[in-house]
Amino acid sequence: MTTLPATRSFADVTVGDELTPFDLPITRTLIVSTAIATRDYQVVHHDPSIAAERGSKDIIMNILTSNAFVGRFVTDWTGPNSFIRSVKVRLGAPNYPGDTMVITGSVTAKDDANKVVTVAVKGSNSMGDHMNATVEVVLP
Amino acid sequence: MSNTTSDIIVDATPEAKAAFFSELQTYVGLEIGAPTPAPDEINAPMIRHLVEAVGDKNPIYSNAELAKQSIHGGIVAPPTMLQAWVMNGIEGPPRTGDGPYEQMNQLLFSRGFTSVVGTNSEQTYVRYLHPGDQLTMRTVIDSISDEKTTGLGTGHFVSTRQDYYDAQNELVGSMLFRIFRFQPKAKAPTAKPKALRPRPATTHDNQWYFDGLNDGVLYSQACAECGEVRFPTGPMCPTCHSLKWDKVEMPLSGTIHSFVIAHYPQVPSFDYPLPVLLVDIDPSISHSGKPGNNKVRMIMNSADTDLDALVVGARVRIEIRATDPDMKLPFAILDSTSNTGATS
Repeated sequence: MTTLPATRSFADVTVGDELTPFDLPITRTLIVSTAIATRDYQVVHHDPSIAAERGSKDIIMNILTSNAFVGRFVTDWTGPNSFIRSVKVRLGAPNYPGDTMVITGSVTAKDDANKVVTVAVKGSNSMGDHMNATVEVVLP
Repeated sequence: MSNTTSDIIVDATPEAKAAFFSELQTYVGLEIGAPTPAPDEINAPMIRHLVEAVGDKNPIYSNAELAKQSIHGGIVAPPTMLQAWVMNGIEGPPRTGDGPYEQMNQLLFSRGFTSVVGTNSEQTYVRYLHPGDQLTMRTVIDSISDEKTTGLGTGHFVSTRQDYYDAQNELVGSMLFRIFRFQPKAKAPTAKPKALRPRPATTHDNQWYFDGLNDGVLYSQACAECGEVRFPTGPMCPTCHSLKWDKVEMPLSGTIHSFVIAHYPQVPSFDYPLPVLLVDIDPSISHSGKPGNNKVRMIMNSADTDLDALVVGARVRIEIRATDPDMKLPFAILDSTSNTGATS
């Protein structure tokens, strides 16, 4: 990569546009590496036996990582010259190892004055919705 | 979080509930602990570790040259990484003793709201963070909802707001984090398959007795020479030493000779308290036996038993019940029409 990839322009976005869906396999490596990279050493994010003692069937992905994937999902779509103003996540079913989280999204609103696009993002796994997020992103 | 139900304060009246809610609200707006400085300034290695783990290829996080060409002017941290900069790491949160947050939690625990689940994370960003930025976080209790009931149980939503400031004390971002502190719904008893009852040891000398039970017949054994009826079964008459014997069909009724109620140790396949009975089986009709010696005493469990009605001398009927698909055993059932104990 020697030149900056293109960024989606505000003018090219229409309410109702769908973002490219993304399948995220939930592996132990993913759960543990992202937990440690976010400095989250809570045992439910890396120790299956203690997680089980505390009533969880296995380790679970942490919330900071859910946030990180929402950010990635949106900027994969916008390109680098965007500015995320807010990420609001409502949490649901946990992400256990062996599951797959399917991330989908669509544009729900456009603020012409501030060039802000609102994107609804959903992450679903075999148990239901892991997260429902609302992201505001400023586009050029 | 070891509150037992007996410790829980129940606000039975609307006035009591309102008083509790008012007390809760006094915590809203209070700052939790001292401002927390991030242990590390914003730095490219920690950014790279996270974007690698997440697979985020956005060059503004990891490619200095391309990041410089972007509107961000250089490497920036993913905005969603905001909270990671102030995480406590492996030592966990510092023990803050009895600050406002702990006091609020104690108040919630006192009503049984001891369980917790994170429900919302709402981050807003004023600007992206660059390597070298030094963050400080301040946390306040933002709001506490009135009592709500969700699929998990009943409790209160508690929102805290973390405000992040840079070295110039300018706000760079905020996070509203909402948890639900609740009393879990009473769980429906889980239908865990019960362990099968351990089987009696069967041998060449007693298999016929268990075969009889499987056919619904309670047998004892009678000496073919002297006529003595005996139980448990064995190859030789203990009185005349004859090896000849006959099956004797026994009536399905008797009288409690003695009993114990086992509480401990508990074996998973049994229900406790577990009555264990010695039952004098009524004399056989089909076998007159040796005069005065045609009674047997059997050890068995009782079933469907009112423990208070269990007395020596009580009459029982015997039911042969399946304990697993291939095994039937006799059980004593208290005869409700004559359970008043010995009458003669």
